[in-house]
Amino acid sequence: MLHIVIGAIFSSNVGGAGYLRDMTSADGSGVITLHDEGLARRLKALACTAPLHDLDARKVRLEWCNGGAYQMAEIALQAIDQVTIAMDFDRGAGHDDVVKRLLPFVAAQAPDREGGEHAQVAQWVLDNLINVGSTDRGFRVLYGTFGRTGEYERRVWDFRLLVELVSADGEIYLRASDEAINVLVGALDTDVESAQIAAEVKLENLIKRGRLSDAQVAAQQARYRTVQYAETLRRKLEATRRDVRSVDWEEEVPDLINDALVHIEDRYRYENAILTNITQTRDEAEDPARKLKAAELVEIVADCIRRHTQLQARLQQAGSTFRFEQDRQQFSGHARRAVVDLFGHLLAPTLDLTVAQAARPVAAFFGGAAGLTPPRLPRLTHLIEQLLKSPQDKNHLLGEVPEPELAPLPDPEVFTDEQWHRATELLELHEVPRRLSGLLADARLLDPDLPWLVALLALHAVSPEIGVTLRHGNDQVLLAVDDGTPLHDPEFGGSDLLVGVARLGAAEPGGLAADDALRGEAVA
Amino acid sequence: MSESISIEDIVAGARLLAFGLRPKQVPSRDLDYAGLVKRAVEDDAFRELTDAIAEGLGLTVLAVSARTGMVLGPAEESVFEQRFDDYARRAMTGERRDLERVLHGVAHIAVAALAFPRPDDLASETYVGRVSVEQVDTVVREACLMLATRAAEAEEAGDPLDDAPELERVWRVYSRRPEAMRTKDGRLSPSTTRGIISKALKFLAEQGFLARMSDADGGTYRTTPRYQVQVRELAAGRAFAELLALQVITVTDPSGSLHIVPAGDGRSGDV
Repeated sequence: MLHIVIGAIFSSNVGGAGYLRDMTSADGSGVITLHDEGLARRLKALACTAPLHDLDARKVRLEWCNGGAYQMAEIALQAIDQVTIAMDFDRGAGHDDVVKRLLPFVAAQAPDREGGEHAQVAQWVLDNLINVGSTDRGFRVLYGTFGRTGEYERRVWDFRLLVELVSADGEIYLRASDEAINVLVGALDTDVESAQIAAEVKLENLIKRGRLSDAQVAAQQARYRTVQYAETLRRKLEATRRDVRSVDWEEEVPDLINDALVHIEDRYRYENAILTNITQTRDEAEDPARKLKAAELVEIVADCIRRHTQLQARLQQAGSTFRFEQDRQQFSGHARRAVVDLFGHLLAPTLDLTVAQAARPVAAFFGGAAGLTPPRLPRLTHLIEQLLKSPQDKNHLLGEVPEPELAPLPDPEVFTDEQWHRATELLELHEVPRRLSGLLADARLLDPDLPWLVALLALHAVSPEIGVTLRHGNDQVLLAVDDGTPLHDPEFGGSDLLVGVARLGAAEPGGLAADDALRGEAVA
Repeated sequence: MSESISIEDIVAGARLLAFGLRPKQVPSRDLDYAGLVKRAVEDDAFRELTDAIAEGLGLTVLAVSARTGMVLGPAEESVFEQRFDDYARRAMTGERRDLERVLHGVAHIAVAALAFPRPDDLASETYVGRVSVEQVDTVVREACLMLATRAAEAEEAGDPLDDAPELERVWRVYSRRPEAMRTKDGRLSPSTTRGIISKALKFLAEQGFLARMSDADGGTYRTTPRYQVQVRELAAGRAFAELLALQVITVTDPSGSLHIVPAGDGRSGDV
């Protein structure tokens, strides 16, 4: 909801003159002009893209896959696209739907990886766009402005890209925020209506000139505009439907509905004309690619028309909802005595307080409205029973707790810290490699179980994880090479490996090339 | 009318108060309770006696009637008072306590405001309100939106300052909090606004102030007469006094939007 505020601030700035202030620079040599709100606006626009860049910055650090193969920002934009397209009046897209729709796109980027990984990547991107894990499920940026008295102050701006909402049947679904739609269409801070008209003029021209691929881009943009427009109207309509008193039904809302209906009428006529035009193009086209493009366009424009129809239906219902509510409230009898208007006198003023100020009023209301807690005294006769009672679930106010699925405990450690320490010391080999047989004999002298650990570590060193080592910033790795010598040992059999430490000198930070090269050497 | 107070009267008065301490008990289901309520309504001396015992215990008699039963409110700092800190306590660490408290408090005011949307509803003895989680959340969000628009029109400094988070407006905190989150086990997430409202409604139902009707819209409840009395006679007034102290309320209606309910009037209910 925050975006509304910002939108309003933007528009007020667009309407009025830019807020200019002159300031003398520190050495007094010149005058710096501070264009306050424009700067803040650009910083916010910039911030909206930050979560997408962040995805690509973090992808190499993923534990469960090599994220370098994926273009995360692209997947993120696709995800926002999918959510936006699925948005209509009542619903958006479900989490699983979005992941499913993303799969082909993710798979195209890394076709050799497994399907499970693709789904995991899609889920990771989606979770990050929602920002799962933070309480507010949003993003926060700091930006600086100059206050009214000219001092520099840091402000925080919160925004969200994908918002989780609940549908009427209790399902949780996603909607794209205004910020996300703005990032997506790449047109920050534009007037919805004029942009829509612009997009459609562009569309018509492009179709006339027969440039279908450009026409498709324009049509898609027009659809995003439509969705954005519908979203704005949806919020206003909801406000009217819910609380009759809080809305000006004499002028404001009827004007709004009229404007919207006129708008729909225009768009409807217009889009139908375009539809006829491109349907003709589609049917007459001979080149299959061109035919396909035209067919896609037909679908997009048809979708726009469907959305307008839906919007219109909602607009018509709003009037009757208002009349119904008005009747219900008018005929419900007269007041016997005047009391506090809870909404107007308590809720609204409280919401407008600062967090610090609001603490006392809300606590006072709670103290009065929450009723009593009779202090409970234990009775001797009930003592045993009370002591035997299973502990009360503290979350009883939040619905049923499902039976958890129990996983067995992880196996206890086979080797102690002491043994690990000794094994590591033994394997700290400098320059000269050693035979495994020698290492095992040394280990056996220290601890009868130690040879097992040393043997396992040596086996692991046959194919060490060089990529991981590099990522952790180590420049050397334990390496074991089989040169064909058989192992003679009372407990173990196999090859008597040559164990040594390899230095990872001027390796590429990507790690993959170094990994392959070293592995190649080891095999050779 | 009794000339002198007998021990039996005191026992009866205290017993009536004891009934009032069990919020789910109603006079229509208990002959003893109904008899005591009838006596309190008809016998002024008995009523005075009961009030006096209540006062001594740290309670205020808000109403006695066959419809509401004995409705008691805690005096401030009384042992019977629900502590807000206990209610708003959260297990999660790293969250700002002040924000959680305010959100929980706002949820309670909003539930009352939605249960009794117009002043008439709060005043009318026969009015039964209906609230649902969805309705409360939507209306609070709308109110936030209204305030946001107003703030934008007034060209107030937009975003909160980084070094003074406690000066952030409550509506910003509420709007920022998501209404729902998908959780692994499909339960309602307690830190969302719907989670907070749902907790408030369930809590009030346990206190005998609301009765659950259905699961529609995240849980739909109807109000009991006790809740109306509690909000009208106690909660609204206390919060209003705090707001007046902050000087944020301006009365615009020439006749005044608020009238103090005469003390006698508030206590007598219909029998």
